[in-house]
Amino acid sequence: MRRYSAFAIAREAVRYHQGWERAWRSPAPRPAYEVVVVGAGGHGLATAYYLARNHGITDVAVLEKGWLGGGNTGRNTTIIRSNYLQDPSAAIYEKARSLYETMSRDLNMNVMFSPRGVLMLAQTEHEKRGYLRTAHANRLQGVATEFIGPERVKELVPIINVSGPRYPVLGALWQPRGGTARHDAVAWAYARACSAMGIDIIQRCEVTGITQERGRVTGVETTRGHIGAKKLAIVVAGHSGVLAEMAGFRLPIESVALQALVSEPIKPAIDVVVMANTVHGYMSQSDKGELVIGGGADGYNNYTQRGSFHHIEETVRALVETFPIISRLRMMRQWGGIVDMTGDRSPILSKTPLEGCYINAGWGTGGFKSIPGSGWAMAELVAKDAPGPLAAPFGLERFREGRFIDESVAAGVAH
Amino acid sequence: MLLLECPYCGVMADETELAPGGEAHIARRGPEASEEEFAAYLFERKNPRGVHFERWRHAAGCGKWFHAARDTVTLEVFATYSAQTLAPPEEVLAAIRRKRPGWEGWP
Ligand SMILES: Cc1cc2nc3c(=O)[nH]c(=O)nc-3n(C[C@H](O)[C@H](O)[C@H](O)COP(=O)(O)OP(=O)(O)OC[C@H]3O[C@@H](n4cnc5c(N)ncnc54)[C@H](O)[C@@H]3O)c2cc1C
Ligand SMILES: [Zn+2]
Repeated sequence: MRRYSAFAIAREAVRYHQGWERAWRSPAPRPAYEVVVVGAGGHGLATAYYLARNHGITDVAVLEKGWLGGGNTGRNTTIIRSNYLQDPSAAIYEKARSLYETMSRDLNMNVMFSPRGVLMLAQTEHEKRGYLRTAHANRLQGVATEFIGPERVKELVPIINVSGPRYPVLGALWQPRGGTARHDAVAWAYARACSAMGIDIIQRCEVTGITQERGRVTGVETTRGHIGAKKLAIVVAGHSGVLAEMAGFRLPIESVALQALVSEPIKPAIDVVVMANTVHGYMSQSDKGELVIGGGADGYNNYTQRGSFHHIEETVRALVETFPIISRLRMMRQWGGIVDMTGDRSPILSKTPLEGCYINAGWGTGGFKSIPGSGWAMAELVAKDAPGPLAAPFGLERFREGRFIDESVAAGVAH
Repeated sequence: MLLLECPYCGVMADETELAPGGEAHIARRGPEASEEEFAAYLFERKNPRGVHFERWRHAAGCGKWFHAARDTVTLEVFATYSAQTLAPPEEVLAAIRRKRPGWEGWP
């Protein structure tokens, strides 16, 4: 792999950019691998990357039915934060956030991590008490957050209306080192680093069945033939239920559509991420100037990658009330992704009833922020056939044991 | 936009008038159930890509719970029917098979 650098740009500038090589190889699948990862979203690619980097396992293939990063990884609104309530969540989300801080350097690609700060508005007394509690929990967990008053909110976000008639801003939970990153670049950076270490990323290769012998996984059927695997990691977000059915078990997961939209580009107007969970909307401004907007998820099972219009209407209504200056902006694009929701709004990193088969799912509306931490923990689980401290609390058995990791408040609005 | 006909009051209701209630026909487990069975009853879901039987409430209408058979990929609605059944009635299964020959999603 030729490294990207300022020098490389200068060198290529004087030779008409003829010298750039492809960022990753596109090999034909080999008959078998030690580990097969299904799903080349951020989580699948990060899992493969840390299998190689932390555990020396490079006989790995990542199979993707579409193109890499074309699932939720390329559809999300890129909010990164770690201000969750429960200790196991804080641990894995903060691990992820801290890995984002050095990701561009570690992977030698600019992922445009921008720790611009994330504000979660408190707009009811109840919500305010909830965030005060989260701020205290975060302090004990070593996650830097702070509860700030409405004056400070107004200072940080001059375009906000803090004294709206319905839901005045009573304060906010502020995480100054939260922010955003370029979603595609995160997938590309992991893919490029994986490929350089000898991992095969195989796109347009849909897994259609899982083969097993005496309760142990032996490989996968795909649109490009059978591929053997000693170990199988299912990392397919919204399609987890479909893959679980192939493997012969069920999950405590339901798939629903979550939407986002962007406005026409405008001059810099807001340089932090604002989330308003009570009214169901959140907004940040991309480097291109578009306002990136998201809101609530559909309430019913859906695999269409579209979503219902009334959610867009509700989201935009809420945000116009919060940021009156956006009322005349035109919205340019709208899209949806299929998110995998668990009952406690926490992910699943787990062994499964099928031996040698592991699952990483249930990140729901909030798994972009966790990509590096999730890949790190999943790689350890797959490599050692046992979860490390980050993954251990997130096993499937927590449902049977009633040991939920309740993040329904912290997860709040879809993000 | 999803439209479902309420089988009780006959209104063709827009989804904003309805409250989704998740998978239908989940057999309730009693106190004699094993831990696994009870956990499956509480948490595990089919979450199918395709035909799905689900519960809905005509929340902003007559207020009653009913059932719907719907495709989660095409959003096509095959039928809505009474909630007073433990399994989808034969005519609902027939309506699905007419449009999805060879479908074997039930039970
Ligand atoms: C609109 C929207 C906004 C969001 N906003 C945020 C946010 O601001 N912050 C945040 O942290 N999170 C956010 N999320 C959530 C986040 O995007 C997801 O939790 C995360 O991207 C899941 O990552 P992934 O890599 O596991 O999934 P994906 O990127 O979806 O990857 C899964 C891959 O598996 C592939 N696949 C599926 N079935 C098969 C098969 N049979 N064979 C082969 N491949 C298969 C898919 O094609 C896909 O590429 C948002 C999501 C959406 C939809
Ligand atoms: Zn009715």
